[in-house]
Amino acid sequence: MTFKGGIHPAGDGKALSEKSPIQTAPLFDKYQVIVGQNVGKPPKVLVKVGDEVKKNQLIAEADGFVSANLHAPTSGKVSAIAEVPGPMGAAVMAIEITADKLDQAVEPMTALDWQNSDPAALKARVAEAGIVGMGGAAFPSAVKLSPPPEKKIDTLVINAAECEPYLTADHRLMVEEPEKVVIGTAILGKILNVKEMWIGVEVNKPDAIAALEKYAGAYGVKIASLKVQYPQGSEKQLILAITKRVVPAGGLPMDAGCVVQNVGSAYAVTDAVVNGLPLVERVTSITGEVVKNPGNWRLRIGTPVIKAIELAGGVTRQPGKLILGGPMMGFAQRTSLVPVCKNTSGILLLPPELSVEYTSGSCIRCGRCVQGCPMNLVPCLLGCAIESEKFDLAKENHVMDCLECGSCAYVCPAKRPLVQHMRRAKAEIRRKK
Amino acid sequence: MSDTNENESQIILPDDEKLMLSVSPHISTCETTRRIMCKVLLALFPAVFASVLLFGMRAFWVILFTTVCCVGAEALWCFFAKKPVLNTIGDCSAVVTGVLLAMNLSAEIPYYICLIGAFLAIWLAKQVFGGLGHNPFNPALVARVGLLIAFPAAMTTWGPVTGFSVDGPVKGQCVVQGVMYDTPPAALTAPDAVSCATPLGIVKTTPKILGQGFEAEGNFAAIDDQGKYWDFFLGKKSGCLGETSVLALLIGGLMLIGFKLINWRVPVCYIGTVAIITGAVNYFHPGVTPTPLFHILTGGLMIGAIFMATDMVTSPITNSGCVIFAIGCGVVASVIRIWGNYPEGVSFSIIFMNALVPLIDRLCSQRPFGYVAKRG
Repeated sequence: MTFKGGIHPAGDGKALSEKSPIQTAPLFDKYQVIVGQNVGKPPKVLVKVGDEVKKNQLIAEADGFVSANLHAPTSGKVSAIAEVPGPMGAAVMAIEITADKLDQAVEPMTALDWQNSDPAALKARVAEAGIVGMGGAAFPSAVKLSPPPEKKIDTLVINAAECEPYLTADHRLMVEEPEKVVIGTAILGKILNVKEMWIGVEVNKPDAIAALEKYAGAYGVKIASLKVQYPQGSEKQLILAITKRVVPAGGLPMDAGCVVQNVGSAYAVTDAVVNGLPLVERVTSITGEVVKNPGNWRLRIGTPVIKAIELAGGVTRQPGKLILGGPMMGFAQRTSLVPVCKNTSGILLLPPELSVEYTSGSCIRCGRCVQGCPMNLVPCLLGCAIESEKFDLAKENHVMDCLECGSCAYVCPAKRPLVQHMRRAKAEIRRKK
Repeated sequence: MSDTNENESQIILPDDEKLMLSVSPHISTCETTRRIMCKVLLALFPAVFASVLLFGMRAFWVILFTTVCCVGAEALWCFFAKKPVLNTIGDCSAVVTGVLLAMNLSAEIPYYICLIGAFLAIWLAKQVFGGLGHNPFNPALVARVGLLIAFPAAMTTWGPVTGFSVDGPVKGQCVVQGVMYDTPPAALTAPDAVSCATPLGIVKTTPKILGQGFEAEGNFAAIDDQGKYWDFFLGKKSGCLGETSVLALLIGGLMLIGFKLINWRVPVCYIGTVAIITGAVNYFHPGVTPTPLFHILTGGLMIGAIFMATDMVTSPITNSGCVIFAIGCGVVASVIRIWGNYPEGVSFSIIFMNALVPLIDRLCSQRPFGYVAKRG
């Protein structure tokens, strides 16, 4: 099962951490929970400096439809509500909690018997727990579970492709907690009342597929073995690979009758519904060639990245880049003081030899980017058009459909900054609107 | 966040000052423009080797001199245009152009023509358009055609296939005034006195010399002899350095396909089209043109289809575009070969189709993901 286009990055770096079991991080002194870490409107802060909070306590409340609740990762005192370096580069508002190391939690929410619950109650619970897309997008999950009535949803796809090189957090989660992943899938399926529930996994994770298969049948969930091909985990490509349906241009998965949720989010749904726990921790890969002990850790949201790197034994030498997320679509950081967010799937430290500054050459029209584009665009021509600031031409040639997956830039022998060009054109076109 | 721990001293943490910021993706293939060009050179090696084997050391000097001139011309342009010299010649594209241009010259070519050709290729055909990637036409072919117009005699004077020997011609097929010799007559063995026509040249002139008209069946008996096909295949025929040994060119072509540097559709459709058109004409009027196999094995079709038409910069991007482009090349080349004034039409066909590439690219633009076919 696969899609047309895409690339096969050489040396995917997964071997560094794929065999390393999930470890639970110890308590740290301070946590900085970024307020606006979901797509949409940042939630409204409910605490003020000096307040005592307990673990799992609601500290910021969803403000509007596309927003997500935030909960305290541990018990302690709110020591600051101030700007911290954010994962996207700009400074962002965060609630700093100084831990009292007691880690006292508030009473969990009532556990729901999901098989006999009202779908609306289950959906409310997903919203209450502050669950967002944990693969990177951080889109509030409950919103995706509320399609407009005219959109008929018959298929749920759980995105467990983990096609980004290096990252293994989802892989380990499926190997170690397959039942909770499958139950989460079934709960989401029940909320949406779908006919088919799929978990799409790339075949380079045979142990994860085998683990999921053990439970999948009992809950009516099907496992799709996907070809190893980047970006297999991109929504549109995933839907095409599994259901053979094409999401129309500019459309959303629901336009093809599908809802896609991340596997980490499905796991969090189980915790929220069955155990009454909000989303305050996630599994993150701390990896890269320069990390001393690469592995997968269960980190609380708000953990400073520098502490996480310390957990992995630090580095063996100075890294060239620190990336939150994977190497294809992750964000390079200028400081290790950024905190872990709900969508931090990986903390990747690339060695200096992989962090080279390229001089971009002329396009030689080799066409590799055209072969690699999963959206069937012609990145080389788009790149040239944008370079000469012909944004209208770029728009005519569908630059707005670009996923920014980076396949074109990866394969470009002239090392042209194609993704940068696409982003620029998209920004310019949006500005003109 | 400055809590210090006792054990921290052993743990090395990244220094934020030395972190690099960049846009994703953060990894990239090891393939570079220079590596692509070096692979093309590697694929050209069998043909270069064959040309030296067939035409002697003079071939080697022509190739070396032309290549050095091309690199020099590029460096000179960059110096005048205030472009980074080392960066530009470092991509090795001028070396490829130089070797390809030399492959389009005869071993007998005077060196000053090589020099002029190099400047035509690099300055006129490539750098005035903005350098590598911006040239609409294949630089080596522009230079070849330019030289053909400027020096028609020198460009169509071919020495015999001498073999790798310093003692002068040992074996070759030579035509003097329409008479075919397998070995040049003794009186003509002084190298300067020998001038051989290419098989295609013979085809062009034979009917006129014989004066039998175009319907005569035996027009090409002297040259289109199936017993000679094997020689043609190996390269024992007059011609430009690179166009003689079909075997060496095929090896190079397979290397290019193996390296994933060319679209196999281009050579296959190009050669296929020539075979079909010449085959049809030959079937109905054997006096007009020789057999398709003759056409494939002689002239510049092989080097054109494998190394010239497949040039990334000047060929279409999509597969369907490549097919249209190659068929167009085949039609133009066949028409010139059969009915045109020139014996050979490969270079003209490729340059002609190069000009249409932007249109072909537009015509064959692929439908992006998620769009339905336009109606009407």
